[in-house]
Amino acid sequence: MDFFLNPLGFIREWLLSLLTSIGITGPAGDFALIVLGTVVVGGLGLTLPLALIYIERRLIGRFQDRIGPNRVGPEGIFQTVADAIKLLIKEDITPLGADKFIYNLAPIMAVVSVLTMWAILPFSYNVFGTDLNVGALYFVSVGSLGTLAIMLGGWASNNKYALLGAFRTVAQMVCYEVPMILAILVPVLLASSMSMNAISAAQDQVWFLFSAPVAAFIFFLTSVAETGRAPFDLLEAESEIVAGFNIEYSGMKFGMFFVGEFLHAFTVGALTATLFMGGWTGPFADQYPLLGMLYFSLKAFIAYFVVIWMRATFPRIRIDHMLELNWKFLVPLALGSIVVTMLVDKLYAEFLQALFVEGARAYVRGGLLLLGNLALAAGAMVIATRAARYMRLKEESDKYMPVVEAEHGHDDHGHDDHGHEPHGVVAAAH
Amino acid sequence: MVDNNWIFIGVFLLIAGLFPAAPIIMGSMIFGPKKGNAVKSSTYECGVETVGDTWVQFKMQYYIFTLVFVVFDVGMVFLFPFAIAYQQVSLFAALAVMGFLFIIVGGLAYVWQKGALRWV
Repeated sequence: MDFFLNPLGFIREWLLSLLTSIGITGPAGDFALIVLGTVVVGGLGLTLPLALIYIERRLIGRFQDRIGPNRVGPEGIFQTVADAIKLLIKEDITPLGADKFIYNLAPIMAVVSVLTMWAILPFSYNVFGTDLNVGALYFVSVGSLGTLAIMLGGWASNNKYALLGAFRTVAQMVCYEVPMILAILVPVLLASSMSMNAISAAQDQVWFLFSAPVAAFIFFLTSVAETGRAPFDLLEAESEIVAGFNIEYSGMKFGMFFVGEFLHAFTVGALTATLFMGGWTGPFADQYPLLGMLYFSLKAFIAYFVVIWMRATFPRIRIDHMLELNWKFLVPLALGSIVVTMLVDKLYAEFLQALFVEGARAYVRGGLLLLGNLALAAGAMVIATRAARYMRLKEESDKYMPVVEAEHGHDDHGHDDHGHEPHGVVAAAH
Repeated sequence: MVDNNWIFIGVFLLIAGLFPAAPIIMGSMIFGPKKGNAVKSSTYECGVETVGDTWVQFKMQYYIFTLVFVVFDVGMVFLFPFAIAYQQVSLFAALAVMGFLFIIVGGLAYVWQKGALRWV
């Protein structure tokens, strides 16, 4: 068996022969291979943050017009190693009155929730941890463990700031799961499979980023919200609640929350690459798996770069805006994108598919879906801007604020018609 | 024999728990200093002594949001089996499922109109 055609199978054969030679055969050998596989995937997932944190700090440095870490080692590449050692030799403090078991469990759970997602990431068509037939649901379910970890950590710390962070988690991370699951439904629908590998393979000709851009946008945005990073970092907002849920954690326990967050950010990139950017697909990827791995990592890093870019660019969102964005914009939009995808796809399959030759079908289908999505996005933007305008005018006419009125007297917002009547006392009712 | 995939997931869950637990235990047991005192382990509140209990009854609002989430989550999980079978079903079946979607939309409209989605 050639290493370049099936790297995992090659290593597997080699290890099996090795195990047989030392007397481990049959189910025991299979089990040993599974354990080894999990250790490799888990080790890869857990050592990656060492690189990710460095990359992110350098990039954020560039975004903010400074250099970033550049002292420890050449170009500062050992900065994260030094940080890890520092965290390792810090004293481990458990605050008075904390719920010890849950307090210690939370950082471990935060990492577990992200690391277990790596079990199903298809790095190439025959290089993956495992290929579950319910992969899409699997990563949603283990992802919600992370929400639970943050809630538990904030609650168990016996600290009011931490508790506020945990409350905000309930409001944010729980709610953003709704549009995320709805957005995942669209690639599942187009690929008619929940297996991550099958979803990647279904994008061989047209990426779902093009045939379902609205769902891709929603998935990306809500996944970033799930990581709890800027602009959705309400649960650890430094300027408001000091450090939020992890305020009482010190040493390596804090480090594990940190690792979990950075790994989650990259996993968002990897999942976006798998679900919407074709995963390992690309020219010649179906012949050379190593090429597929290269495509996959490139796409994942591009998506990860956008996550960092968002963090560096946007200010923190306000909590009521955050909830309204979720329930009143993203959820209806996600439902709309499902309806549009279902309608366009079914109508195309029923009436138009027969008109085109075999090779062109995927592109025609993608093009039609793109048109449907663009129409949906345009409609959503028109409705959203109209609604925002309506609400703003209503709010302005409800208020009676003579000073503000005088200040705004010279601009062209059309204040002339309600310059003097105070008819908004009802607004105080809630 | 049990499906190999789920054995992998099971072992992976264990390994994924052990990997972060190892540095935490190493840090707190071997490398970290152990010089705790009452002030150090008191609740951190920027230097001010903490007043009252932390674990209090919290605002109803959070409960309502979580309730709305549960309703939607259950509704959406029903859509996944359908999504997988979508390429095989007829146009009529697709329209029927759209009816189900409109029930979800109706639920959203109801909680919206009730003011449950307002942050107060």
